[in-house]
Amino acid sequence: MNDDATPGGGSGDAGGSGDEILRLEGLEVHFPIRFGFLDAILRRVHGVVRAVDGIDLTLRRGEVLGLVGESGSGKTTTGRVVVKLTKQTAGSIRLDSRDVTSLWGTRALRAYRRRVQLIFQDPYETLDPKHTIRQFVMEPLVVNGIGTKAEREQRVLDALDAAGLRPAADFAARYPHELSGGQRQRVVIAGALVLGPQIIVADEPVSMLDVSIRTELLRLMLDLRAERGLTYLFITHDLSLAWIIADRIAVMYLGKIMEIGPAERVIRSPQNPYTRALVSVSPTPEPPSPGERAKRTILVGETPDAAHIPAGCRFSPRCPSVFDRCRVEEPPLIDVGDGQASACWLAEGGRRLPVVDGAAPDAGPAPGSSTA
Amino acid sequence: MTVTTAAERRARARPRLAVEGAPLLEVENLTTHFRLDSGVVRAVDGVSFRLDEGEALGIAGESGCGKTTTALSLIRLLPANARIVDGTVKLFGIDLVAKSDNALRRYRWREISIVFQGAMNALNPVHRLREQIAEPLVQRLNVSPREARRRAGELLELVGIPKKRGSAYPHELSGGMRQRAMIAMALACDPAIVIGDEPTTALDVMVQAQILELLEDLRHKLGLSLILITHDLSVIAETCDRVLIMYAGKVAEEGTVHEVFRRPRHPYTQKLLSAFPNIHADRRTLDVIPGSPPDLRNPPPGCRFAPRCPFAMAVCTEVVPPETTFDGVRVACHLYPAGSDGAPVTVPTADAIAAGGARP
Repeated sequence: MNDDATPGGGSGDAGGSGDEILRLEGLEVHFPIRFGFLDAILRRVHGVVRAVDGIDLTLRRGEVLGLVGESGSGKTTTGRVVVKLTKQTAGSIRLDSRDVTSLWGTRALRAYRRRVQLIFQDPYETLDPKHTIRQFVMEPLVVNGIGTKAEREQRVLDALDAAGLRPAADFAARYPHELSGGQRQRVVIAGALVLGPQIIVADEPVSMLDVSIRTELLRLMLDLRAERGLTYLFITHDLSLAWIIADRIAVMYLGKIMEIGPAERVIRSPQNPYTRALVSVSPTPEPPSPGERAKRTILVGETPDAAHIPAGCRFSPRCPSVFDRCRVEEPPLIDVGDGQASACWLAEGGRRLPVVDGAAPDAGPAPGSSTA
Repeated sequence: MTVTTAAERRARARPRLAVEGAPLLEVENLTTHFRLDSGVVRAVDGVSFRLDEGEALGIAGESGCGKTTTALSLIRLLPANARIVDGTVKLFGIDLVAKSDNALRRYRWREISIVFQGAMNALNPVHRLREQIAEPLVQRLNVSPREARRRAGELLELVGIPKKRGSAYPHELSGGMRQRAMIAMALACDPAIVIGDEPTTALDVMVQAQILELLEDLRHKLGLSLILITHDLSVIAETCDRVLIMYAGKVAEEGTVHEVFRRPRHPYTQKLLSAFPNIHADRRTLDVIPGSPPDLRNPPPGCRFAPRCPFAMAVCTEVVPPETTFDGVRVACHLYPAGSDGAPVTVPTADAIAAGGARP
């Protein structure tokens, strides 16, 4: 069990031949700030929340792209734009080289969402307590008018089976309260699978669950990718989950991508001070030795609000490596080689971020591996 | 400063009934049942542990293992259908289980306080922070409202919230700030023990690190005794001295964090640790725990983990494993019978290792 179906498939471009399935270019989502009804009528605006502030992102066929960021980083908004639940204010979206930027309207969106599906975070809220599992999973088929009654039933059972809810017929007749949290999230996954999508946007799909159940669901997601050739945009605040499942990782902060690259490179050799701080505080089940605590970089304060984005590099007020230029000029994503890029002036000219003593964590021993 | 320091705490007045020389907290054979229409759920089934002054104990396990019920049983903050049916909870030698609800009230918040998980739900949305923190001081310690508000300001500063933010309402604060306010509230009456029930679970990783650092800081500054309830082993690794691993209402393993996390003995502990997504480890080592915890209305005979255990032997499905102690680690597993030297009795076969992935 430990050897087969290993999560995290491999390094770099596992599964992806490199051809794009989805491309976001210059994507912006700005929300106007209005106070009350009068502002709405008069179209008066008191400011702008720049939730997503100009990002380029490519999703390669068959890959898992981990989109990592804290609350307020714009990761969820990005995911909602990809499934077209939120309208972008600028930029373009291409699906399979076709421009879908201005694709709106019920019928067009139905067709789009057969190919791009969303899994939400909270399986307790996603499922209607009064509906059976069958009703929940079948709903997209009914809405889209797909298949006869018998065909729908078969597709529901297939989806439940694929999501590991076996025997499927037994689970189909149950209600949500009869299921555990892990099983509920499997139902949500089955609901996303039933239309046979190509891309699944998973927004914190395991964050509500126990740590011990998380790994099972991550494995399921990877198995489904292998069986059905799915592509995932995996959104999470937890870098260690992205580490387990993602082929590539993009780190967002205040609406911008700070660093992107193969998971192995972003985690083992982060080139942006923000990523480095996130890696350093990432939870591990190993008790720290006395000197280890000092190696962590706990950033002071919290992510500023997206209506007041700092000038220059948006991370500069909290950055431990800040210098003069950062406060006035915003760094673009700078290529540092091996498919990795960092939005940091320290990475300019192909330079690598200087290795601060102990800041780049080595691969420690696996938990339990030292057991005699 | 009205907040006591570690040295002052040791000299701090104990409750009048305190037994001389008794440990801070001693829980023995605690058994809590829930009554449902469909039967009796044995949520906590004979749990024993102790907490010494200034110590931090982590209680870990999956959902439904009884860790929260154990904590709530200490001060009987239980739902109406739950009842402590056996065991003792001795605080300074005073048995709290025997106390009437009214008598117990003297101990809640003043001696044992709780930081709950969802700070948004636990704080009152229509009261300003300062009022909420001052309230227990007025109610429990008979402090004047004016003095209570002054102290509330100090408590806010202590947990890293500027005093002037005390006039804010909970919704005006970020998740991390709300959790800090909850901690300030739990510290208000200067309790002997603070229980944290998943205190960082809903927070971002960076904010979680900030809160854990704060707890660590407060512990050393104030000499707090902590009980942390969480499913997240990293939180315990970070902040606790000792850890109690629970499974299906029973203690699986207990010992120092250093010993248990570096050399887990119980197969369940081994599984929990190897299923933890760890950024500093190779991502291929990730393990899963097959199956799910048993129905506690009708737990399996013998060891409750046996149906999921890669090393289960015939005896495991028949006899409840007794708790044995080696090198300060308490384990309830037939692999470690009393009188042995602490090494597992059977060397797991290659098959079992392949099937289970654990490395005992």
